[in-house]
Amino acid sequence: MDLIGYGAFFLTTALIFAIISLGLNLQWGLTGLFNVGVAGFVAIGAYTSALMTTPDDPARFGGFGLPILIGWAGAMAVAGIAAAVTGFATLRLRSDYLAITTFGVSVVVQLVALNAQKLTGGAFGVGFIPRPFAGLAETPLLFNLSNLAIVAVVTLLAWLALEHLSRSPWGRVLKALREDERAAISLGKSARFYRVQAFAVGGALMGLAGAVQAHFTGFIAPDNYAPMLTFQVWVMLIVGGSGSNLGAVVGSVLVWAIWAGSGALTATLFPPEQQARAASLQIVAIGVMLCVILLFRPNGLFGNLTYRRRFGLKARKPS
Amino acid sequence: MNLQFVVDGLLTGSMIGLGAIGVTLTYAILRFSNFAHGDFMAWGTYATLAVVGAIGAMVGKVAPLGPFSFGWPLLVALAVGCALTGLLALALDAVLFSRLRARGQSIIVVMASFGASMALRSLLEFIFTSRPTYFSRAIQIAMPVGFGIRITPDQIALLVLTAVLVAATHLLMTRTQTGRSMQAVSQNPALARVVGIDVARVVRATWMLGAALACVAGTMVGILVQIRPLMGFDMLLPMFAAAILGGIGSVPGAVLGGLIIGLAEAAAVQFVGAEWRAAVSFVILMAVLFVRPIGLFGVKER
Repeated sequence: MDLIGYGAFFLTTALIFAIISLGLNLQWGLTGLFNVGVAGFVAIGAYTSALMTTPDDPARFGGFGLPILIGWAGAMAVAGIAAAVTGFATLRLRSDYLAITTFGVSVVVQLVALNAQKLTGGAFGVGFIPRPFAGLAETPLLFNLSNLAIVAVVTLLAWLALEHLSRSPWGRVLKALREDERAAISLGKSARFYRVQAFAVGGALMGLAGAVQAHFTGFIAPDNYAPMLTFQVWVMLIVGGSGSNLGAVVGSVLVWAIWAGSGALTATLFPPEQQARAASLQIVAIGVMLCVILLFRPNGLFGNLTYRRRFGLKARKPS
Repeated sequence: MNLQFVVDGLLTGSMIGLGAIGVTLTYAILRFSNFAHGDFMAWGTYATLAVVGAIGAMVGKVAPLGPFSFGWPLLVALAVGCALTGLLALALDAVLFSRLRARGQSIIVVMASFGASMALRSLLEFIFTSRPTYFSRAIQIAMPVGFGIRITPDQIALLVLTAVLVAATHLLMTRTQTGRSMQAVSQNPALARVVGIDVARVVRATWMLGAALACVAGTMVGILVQIRPLMGFDMLLPMFAAAILGGIGSVPGAVLGGLIIGLAEAAAVQFVGAEWRAAVSFVILMAVLFVRPIGLFGVKER
């Protein structure tokens, strides 16, 4: 019974990562936009939803006590707008500028979460975030399963929406821009306009994932949104295969399993005073894994980034 | 008004500026923004620290030089540290960046540098733990120099060192064959190859120069503040902002950008609050991207 409960808990966390990865896949896999500030957009969503749904708290702004679904919608809207502004500022420039700016966004979001106490509760974070099915909290198994069901539904909806979008004319324009920008522009498509849209939708998904997670754990703090989160999501997408929604989901579950498994392993293998060091070794291993995959299997498990190969620039056999 | 923030800002700006030279050269010549540059800085500092320790173990305790907090071992160690950091950059280029560059997708190289940065930083945490350390725990007396400004001998020495290094880098870039080759490759790699410039050599020179300056900047942080595995990563955003503010590819621009950001940070600490310091470079970065994305001394991309 405990095992099922843990399995449900594990899968819920993994699927929340999967939603973030799906958002990143729209930005990177489909559109080729490099976002180094994933954690920032997730944090924006989490805090937005938390502020909208928590009961009134005199110590800080808000606590509006709105329903959870409204909080999620708000999270998507605010994170999407933040992504749109970021994209608008940088997408007419070289692609690296977007990377640098998004990195800055995540730094600043963390700074605001940590220091703007009136808005975000500072280092102590926001607690008492309403949880769906809170009435079931006495029976952990049922509670975990019902949360898993919710997250699974959200993931499925996000997936279906993205699959539909990528097959729609809109998705085809994005692919065309990624594959051959000049040709797409010569057909009258505004590269910047479409890219800002894709970046905003991806950011909204990340915000949604942040909100879902905030309501799952009931408590958020600035530490949850360190650059490590961005890194984890990138590894998930690259392992799964950029460009593939299936890859994003499978990669998330797989990498989260490796992460949680190796974390549990170091917890049993190393004495408590060495565990911080063992944890950093774990990050080294994942970082090296990212680089090795980029070098030897850039398509990951299910990736379909076939661009450039067709032009014979690199006539490698697909491995 | 207290003018002390000018000194603080110039010092922070020197560290940012020296680091930003490497960022701007990597961007201009190798055509990618290197997220691992901050970690070169941290690795250089720890390398210097390790060499100082090794010298200390061999010759025993050395008296500091004159009024400074450090003795000759630090100067020797800094030179060794610069060389080691350069080797680290070359090694990373050989196993990772050069192979990805050959595939022609610059953004994949950026991503790899992001992964490498995470791995390098955590490796430092593994070896040295995340506890901060120091080159010297001696306390220096700050001398008043008028206008309410106080400055320590170490700070004067480091400002002078920065000025010398910036001047030397500028001369290297404009007056030597190596520097001219670097500029040629940054402006037009294909044409540079056609006229017989050894591009591989230029790439090596770029890594060595950028990494050595990062090592110096990191050691400055170590002398004036403290040494932590995260020290370089925290400097990354200011360095990028400085490189873009100064104009990609411009060495004087990177240094001027660094000084501007350093002064703005110090002013923010004094007038807004120390906790908002890290936001300053982001604000400046966004302003530059909206108003003048090519930066102060930048040239339009061809």
